[in-house]
Amino acid sequence: MTVSKLDEFDASDLEEDEDEDEDEEDEDEDEDEYMDSDEIDEDETLTFEEKAKRHERKRRRDERLAEEELQTNIQDQEHFSLPTTEELMQEQEQPPDLTAIHQRIHEVARVLANFSQLRDGTSSRADYVQQFIRDLCAYFGYSEFLMAKLFDLFQVSELLEFLEANETPRPITIRTNTLKTRRRDLAQSLISRGVNLDPVGKWSKVGLQVFDSPVPIGATPEYLAGHYMIQAASSFLPVMALAPREHERILDMAAAPGGKTTYIAALTKNTGCVFANDANKDRLKSLVANIHRLGARNVVVSNYDGREFPGIIGGFDRVLLDSPCSGTGVIAKDPSVKLNKTEQDFKLLSQIQKELILSAIDSVDANSATGGYIVYSTCSITVEENEDVVNYALRKRPNVKLVETGLSFGVEGFVNYRGKAFHPSLAMTRRYYPHTHNMDGFYVAKLRKTSNTFKATSKED
Amino acid sequence: MRPLTEEETKVFFEKLANYIGRNITHLIDRKDEPYCFRLHRDRVYYVSEAIMRRATSVARDNLASLGICFGKFTKTGKFRLQITALEYIAQYAKYKVWIKPNGEMPYLYGNHVVKAHLGRITEDTPEHQGVVIYSMADTPLGFGVTARSTADTRKLDPTAIVVFHQADIGEYLRQEDTLL
Repeated sequence: MTVSKLDEFDASDLEEDEDEDEDEEDEDEDEDEYMDSDEIDEDETLTFEEKAKRHERKRRRDERLAEEELQTNIQDQEHFSLPTTEELMQEQEQPPDLTAIHQRIHEVARVLANFSQLRDGTSSRADYVQQFIRDLCAYFGYSEFLMAKLFDLFQVSELLEFLEANETPRPITIRTNTLKTRRRDLAQSLISRGVNLDPVGKWSKVGLQVFDSPVPIGATPEYLAGHYMIQAASSFLPVMALAPREHERILDMAAAPGGKTTYIAALTKNTGCVFANDANKDRLKSLVANIHRLGARNVVVSNYDGREFPGIIGGFDRVLLDSPCSGTGVIAKDPSVKLNKTEQDFKLLSQIQKELILSAIDSVDANSATGGYIVYSTCSITVEENEDVVNYALRKRPNVKLVETGLSFGVEGFVNYRGKAFHPSLAMTRRYYPHTHNMDGFYVAKLRKTSNTFKATSKED
Repeated sequence: MRPLTEEETKVFFEKLANYIGRNITHLIDRKDEPYCFRLHRDRVYYVSEAIMRRATSVARDNLASLGICFGKFTKTGKFRLQITALEYIAQYAKYKVWIKPNGEMPYLYGNHVVKAHLGRITEDTPEHQGVVIYSMADTPLGFGVTARSTADTRKLDPTAIVVFHQADIGEYLRQEDTLL
């Protein structure tokens, strides 16, 4: 009896509306009686079934009511309105309530994403944005100036992802020193020390990602013997874009602490000549120590301001300029950037960067048989330190043009930004973000010098 | 940056010969490319002549390093070999000592090599001979001077010192500031 009953009420039946069920109920019972007439305790079973059915009906009604209630709640929320000035004054007097701020951030983000439908009649978009930025600053601890800059760079939802990503550290990556060992051998010896690691990705043949390690990864015998370098995944990229070849003369204009320099030396297999320059005397020590530890024999280390090149020596086949920058891409590593960068700093930095990139371009020999390339990179994500600088170089030096970086991934550089139109070839440059690529924020541009002479542009700058 | 004087060359080569013996000639007369020793701020650098000539365009005050640094002259005119020279010394070393895995870390913290940690040693190593220390996986870890000849080490008790520590790759961390 019970079995046949269950068969009739299969899953699809249960999902049907109850109103129908109620009408059909009597018929069902009749059928059952007819089918299982030889059953003795029929009545008893029927009451059981009926109870079960009633219970089931009640449950569904409750569910439906709960659902409706939820809908009305959402309806209520849709009329989210900004806090008034008095409310804000009140809020400022009290210690910040982070959960409330967090909730408001998400509500404003939702409104901004669908502004025409979700706005309350009175406030303008600017009001919402202002409140949004203020809340983000309070919640994540940024200066309002920097947050406004970041807000211009990303869409609202992406900005939130970016800020969240900055709160978590990036994975530790190491680069195999191919001058001394191979990646497979290195991985094996580190695994035997209990280190948990994996290749960093298909794009690199020398990178390893370290998940956890029972020993300090910067003090293993393998590290001291120069078998690897602790290096962020993002700083592989400019050297890969530079693609140095054997027997070339290469300049690394801002080299310390030497991760990229030694990578260049490894790619050239200790042939040719690498000039590693850094303006900061204190950082030269770690640069020289790393060069010796990793066994790079073809490196000359100098201590100049990069802008003095090519006055000191020029005619290089390739130049890498990993420019000093504000560090907005590495906030996870150095959170002090959140507060200590002012508008003045950004102006000063982009000024230095523009001077440096011109020096870098002038240090390259366009007639080089194999090279003639300049790679410009920063660990910053702001446009004025990246696209703006490269665009400036394109204007000032008509004898260079942008070429593909040769990197298989990354976001295209901006061609338009806040009413500024850059050269269309800037789409060939690459941007990297912590929330999309799980590496530090980074920017890479590769330039090719076509001739050593050029006519000065008539444009006023 | 200048070539070494005769006096300096003598002191330097005497020291180097303690580790690699007559193999010094391999460093001076190379088949691939002419190399040279250059003195810069009391330190001796070993570098290919082509790179050396390019580096002449860098002013003395602004030049921090070129090629590989072998060590430095002390104020009293003696020469001190540094860990940075290990790669070349290891390549041409005549006498070698291998230490067991449990002896690696004590050695890299700057301790002498005791008998208990000794894995292998070149046959007929004399007493007070410069040797290169390797891990059992043949990674050079540093260099030192033997306390006893190979024959004498066999009779020693496990805690006795076999090789006096002179330099180890742990110095890259411990002495990064004073190394170069």
